[in-house]
Amino acid sequence: MLDFFKFFSKEDNKSKDIAKERLKLILIHDRANVSPKFLDMIKGDIIKVISNYMEIDEAGMDIKLSRIERENDNYSSALIANIPIKRMKKIGKNN
Amino acid sequence: MGEVIVITSGKGGVGKTTTTANIGTALALEGKQVVLIDADIGLRNLDVVMGLENRIVYDLVDVVEGVCRLKQALIRDKRFKGLYLLPAAQTRDKNAVNPEQMKNLCEELKKHFDYILIDCPAGIEQGFKNAIAGADRAIVITVPEVSSVRDADRIIGLLSAQGLNTPLLVVNRLRMDMVKKGDMMDIDDTIDILGIDLLGVVPDDERIIVSSNRGEPAVIEASSLAGQAYRNIAKRIMGEDVPLIQLENNDRFIDKLLGLFKSKKKN
Ligand SMILES: Nc1ncnc2c1ncn2[C@@H]1O[C@H](COP(=O)(O)OP(=O)(O)OP(=O)(O)O)[C@@H](O)[C@H]1O
Ligand SMILES: [Mg+2]
Repeated sequence: MLDFFKFFSKEDNKSKDIAKERLKLILIHDRANVSPKFLDMIKGDIIKVISNYMEIDEAGMDIKLSRIERENDNYSSALIANIPIKRMKKIGKNN
Repeated sequence: MGEVIVITSGKGGVGKTTTTANIGTALALEGKQVVLIDADIGLRNLDVVMGLENRIVYDLVDVVEGVCRLKQALIRDKRFKGLYLLPAAQTRDKNAVNPEQMKNLCEELKKHFDYILIDCPAGIEQGFKNAIAGADRAIVITVPEVSSVRDADRIIGLLSAQGLNTPLLVVNRLRMDMVKKGDMMDIDDTIDILGIDLLGVVPDDERIIVSSNRGEPAVIEASSLAGQAYRNIAKRIMGEDVPLIQLENNDRFIDKLLGLFKSKKKN
């Protein structure tokens, strides 16, 4: 409830700043969704890099764009990847 | 060879038809040969905004279906030399025309006119696809509100998928009083978010409503600020380097716009 009032209080952000921040977040998601290929491309690249160091379960891999809450009502976008590891490769250990 | 420019927005009611009518009239007043195509089949409005609704005999669908010749469907605006309207059909739907037919129509018109302006319907469906099919350039209209800017961004993506990679932005219905209070996104905010170049800024102006009541575009009114903004946009389309009328300079935009209001009052 407290937060609710804070949201509308005058001395807080100007409404145009709120509009701008909200838009930026909305557009990150809209733009990512324009092409379903987008996340697949990222996924492919991540697999390529990580595979140098560990063996991963590609089928069980999940990657998505999401909002995460930060301190006091601030949200930001985050790329969340869940990558099950089968085993580490040797190079990783030697270094 | 003429140039085909589609005026689009995604969101409805942000000023596509008003902009098409005003830019078209301004271009004709500059001595250009101009045809306005109302691509909003089923919800035609451009004829009314232009005050030409009583002169319609044939329409866009009649032309593509071969019911009449293209020339028979073009309504000549007797007030402005060189200005023509190709009205939309009112009793048909968007599927009555396909993108290929629109492309052919645009190619034909390019032989005879300097500018072909297409008033796009709202949305991203068939009507949008038809309207952009024959376009060489696109103008994206937005008002400074979250939902409109969001839709504009989506449209910019869809235009780019069709090879229209450098659309230009018109911000419509800007209210300086609200910008000053921090209650409306300003031009810099909007360009910054959308990442495309600015073609012009049109203030919210009650003269637009008066002019649509009369069926006379606001560009013919010397005292209308919106009319002035549209005249400048037309000049920029012609390649003239009109100093973004105090109204539109990206840099210190607000100060300059306020300056303009002040000098208006003095006169
Ligand atoms: N700069 C302006 N100042 C004041 N009123 C405006 C301005 N621009 C447009 N309007 C008004 O906004 C309304 C919608 O404008 P218009 O019909 O041009 O929008 P549109 O994008 O073509 O709508 P649609 O999506 O339904 O085709 C009209 O009543 C018009 O008079
Ligand atoms: Mg319209």
